[in-house]
Amino acid sequence: MSGNAPLIRLADITKTYGAGQAAFKALRGIDLEVARGEFVAVMGPSGSGKSTAMNILGCLDIPTSGHYTFQGVHVEKLSRDQRALLRRNFIGFVFQGFNLLARTTALENVELPLIYRGTPTAVRHAAARAALKQVGLEGWEDHTPGELSGGQQQRVAIARAIVTNPIVLLADEPTGNLDSHTSLEVMELISHLNRDNGITVLMVTHEPEMAAYARRIIHFADGQVDNDAWQQQERA
Amino acid sequence: MLWSTLMLALRAIRRNLMRSFLTILGVVIGVAAVITMVTLGNGATKSVSDQISSMGSNLLMARPGQRFGPGGAAAPRFKLADVEAVRAQISGVAAVAPVVGSAATAVYQANNWSTSITGTTNEYFMAGNWEIANGREFSEAEERSGKAVCVIGDSVRDKLFGQQNPVGAEIRIKQFSCEVIGLLKAKGQSAMGSDQDDTVIMPLRTVQRRLAGNLDINMIMVSVAASASIDAVKQQIELLLRERRHLSDLEEDDFRVLDTRQIADALTGTTRILTLLLGAVAAVSLLVGGIGIMNIMLVSVTERTREIGIRLAIGALEREVLLQFLIEAVALSSLGGLIGIVLAAGASIFLAGLMSVPYIFDPAINLLSFVFSAAIGVIFGYFPARRAARLDPIEALRHE
Ligand SMILES: Nc1ncnc2c1ncn2[C@@H]1O[C@H](COP(=O)(O)OP(=O)(O)OP(=O)(O)O)[C@@H](O)[C@H]1O
Ligand SMILES: [Mg+2]
Repeated sequence: MSGNAPLIRLADITKTYGAGQAAFKALRGIDLEVARGEFVAVMGPSGSGKSTAMNILGCLDIPTSGHYTFQGVHVEKLSRDQRALLRRNFIGFVFQGFNLLARTTALENVELPLIYRGTPTAVRHAAARAALKQVGLEGWEDHTPGELSGGQQQRVAIARAIVTNPIVLLADEPTGNLDSHTSLEVMELISHLNRDNGITVLMVTHEPEMAAYARRIIHFADGQVDNDAWQQQERA
Repeated sequence: MLWSTLMLALRAIRRNLMRSFLTILGVVIGVAAVITMVTLGNGATKSVSDQISSMGSNLLMARPGQRFGPGGAAAPRFKLADVEAVRAQISGVAAVAPVVGSAATAVYQANNWSTSITGTTNEYFMAGNWEIANGREFSEAEERSGKAVCVIGDSVRDKLFGQQNPVGAEIRIKQFSCEVIGLLKAKGQSAMGSDQDDTVIMPLRTVQRRLAGNLDINMIMVSVAASASIDAVKQQIELLLRERRHLSDLEEDDFRVLDTRQIADALTGTTRILTLLLGAVAAVSLLVGGIGIMNIMLVSVTERTREIGIRLAIGALEREVLLQFLIEAVALSSLGGLIGIVLAAGASIFLAGLMSVPYIFDPAINLLSFVFSAAIGVIFGYFPARRAARLDPIEALRHE
């Protein structure tokens, strides 16, 4: 793993769902490099393959063909357990649909990744509380997802993704369910994590205001990268 | 990792209390049923074998009459000489008693009670495992002269004398009066269900002369010495009796020699089969309980496939997820097993009291049921979970 090598490198990644007549090519050859510390927004119409690509980047799914290198490691050559360890130790993932444990308090949900890391209980509690505080959910620790609004659940999901202090944060429409005020707060939080903690961020969004926080915007269309551009940082 | 996984499993149980309760319930009922049935069956077997040993152990009983078919009445009776021959010629014999039976009504003051009368010698007490609770056995003179004396059983005492001491009293039997010289210690029910204490015992000669009116002997009771082989003694007696009854090689025995051990084996065999049968029925209920667990676990795994996906997505290893489910299933089913064991102990003690059979704690069946219930948890909890944990996280997450 050399210092100059990109953190993430996708080479001609394809993903086909189904087989035969029903086969559907969700990704048709994605080439992408993301360096350490970048803040990338992914945009594109619905169904263009953004979530599919994020799942592959998050080591949750495997591409049909192509090469994915994460920190110089060839992900497609790893075993299931090794991919699980990559997720555990380096990646924070915010799902488009939250994916919180039902009937489980916000605090316990946020603690979960730390449990699998073997973090001692006291440290775990403190870290989970701090993460919830960061997303503005102080005082909501003991509420279960059923007792939280969509926006609050989204923020619990973000807290769970950042509680491990990952190298890379992959967020699939993290502001999709939030009002504009809360969206801005969440974006401030994410750009703070990117700027001050050096966390590399890839974020899917439909909203140009949110994409404006990123320094680079990638456009997806029909399972391919349509446009990949760096933009002037508008906000300091 | 084991500890934190244990905590995760306990949390999952707490999170799904109703489901956990239902899971446990099946095991509780199954385990409790199996243990209770087997324990009661063991108690019944024990009480039967106790009753048999109260009849006297190592006992042989020779009666005239054929083993099969009619014509038994025509077979010649035994005489006292046969008894003497057995005593003199058979080795390995601890006691030999002639028995003449009769039924009669015993009367004391205003009370009367119809009972069975046995004419025999003092050796009968030894062979039949009887103890004298009060009073004495027959004297030699009483036996020789056929004096009207008797030793009575506890039930006869109860019916005729109530709480009074019967020894020294005179009871009337048919047309003669008879002095009570002893009281037998109570034995309770026989293995066949009759009351062994409902008996009056008199010297052989007394019964022959005053009740039977002949010198026949109905039965020869032989108690085999502890050192001797029952089968060998039985065979010798059969040979001797054939010889004395002048049976040719072609003729079948016109008498039979029964062995208490045979009776005992037959009876305990029956209760044992009954125990097995009850146990088998109960085992089916345990199996049904197990299938209940499987059902609930299957449903819960389907329900929890998303949960498994979430855990895998945030970095849990397949084996960690599996271990969690395993611990959860084993914890639930062994808790069910433990509750079942406690419940079974309560139910067995209560029912044993009701059925008046002894309560015997059987560690083997308790352990077995417990292990079985834990195994059910492992099998039915683990295998459905394994299927889910092998999915790709994204597939598991998409599961509705
Ligand atoms: N499991 C699947 N099986 C079959 N087709 C799928 C599956 N998952 C996604 N697809 C298809 O792949 C295409 C890309 O889906 P994807 O979820 O990546 O889109 P997206 O860009 O994230 O859209 P959105 O903005 O609505 O979230 C879609 O046409 C979708 O129907
Ligand atoms: Mg999507």
